[in-house]
Amino acid sequence: MNTPHASSPAFGPLHFTLRGALDGARACLPIALGVGVYGVLFGLLARQKGLSLTAALSMSSFVFAGASQLIAMDLWGPELPMLSLIATTFIVNLRHVLMGAALTPWLTRLTPGQAYGSLFFMTDESWAVTLGRYSTDLRRGAASDGAWLIGSGLAVYLSWNISTALGHTLVRGLEDPAKYGLDFAFTAVFMALLVGLRPRRCDLLPLIAATAAALLGGKFLPGKWYILAGAFAGGLAAALLPAPAPTSTCSTEEPK
Amino acid sequence: MTAPLASAPALETFLTIGGMALATYSSRAAGLALMSRITVTGRMERFMKAIPGAILASIVAPSALTAGPADAIATGITAAIAWKFGNLPIAMIAGVGSALALRALLA
Repeated sequence: MNTPHASSPAFGPLHFTLRGALDGARACLPIALGVGVYGVLFGLLARQKGLSLTAALSMSSFVFAGASQLIAMDLWGPELPMLSLIATTFIVNLRHVLMGAALTPWLTRLTPGQAYGSLFFMTDESWAVTLGRYSTDLRRGAASDGAWLIGSGLAVYLSWNISTALGHTLVRGLEDPAKYGLDFAFTAVFMALLVGLRPRRCDLLPLIAATAAALLGGKFLPGKWYILAGAFAGGLAAALLPAPAPTSTCSTEEPK
Repeated sequence: MTAPLASAPALETFLTIGGMALATYSSRAAGLALMSRITVTGRMERFMKAIPGAILASIVAPSALTAGPADAIATGITAAIAWKFGNLPIAMIAGVGSALALRALLA
């Protein structure tokens, strides 16, 4: 897992091209279609809860966060618990703070407009696909294109909004995605992206710590807290382990 | 089509959506806003470098390890295919296919 860090010297500005955005969109397309299954579900639930098509589409286009939108539909009613809906959304999305932080070494090489604009479209899926690509670029010494994040994010964005509209207007009933194994598509994609980071032996203990904390979190914490729990456990394990020798491939020191 | 019995008032609906949008965007922007202001070294740097893998492992762990043997084996197959081919769509199709087959077999 060869992510660089903000303190590394010799990082110039990144390209930000249409080609890069299209490459990102293409790479994220299969998982964007998987997201669409849940967009249909959201559209359907939103109609049942009395949201107009305009309201459902406003939520999908301005909030654009699958888990929080589905949880919001659970809490939605004629008496709207506004503050708890907003607070729940914030807590469910706290994991994005760490995801954005992990992309900082690349995002600081874009203009603020490009970086903060791209972040609006960042989802678990587009973050993971983009980070995987940038890690591979780094390993191969290839130049990264800064438009990958917004390209992959837009693929998910389009799918999420189109499927919200479909679910709200056309679909009258939805079969369980698990019937076709579609629920597993997300596990498969995130597993493949984890493998794509090519973890080294020194990454093993942090990964085990993350897995253990996520399992405990999944058992005892509500919502998506298990992701934050696992992320912190993995980070802490890496921070507390003794620093690798400067000669090892795991060292964070630049080669002299 | 069944009409909903009662819906939330439009003004409250859109205020809530606006609040949710702000909450979500601030979570997306906060990581960069914080990290671009500080220089990380030493332990903090090792912490940050471990985050991507730790997040991915955490997302996968509950669905891979607590949803029964079929999903656990399918996750292993996905990992092997991803390692060999390094191709996301292939790994996804192999994962979904093996999960479907193994769930049917082991149910």
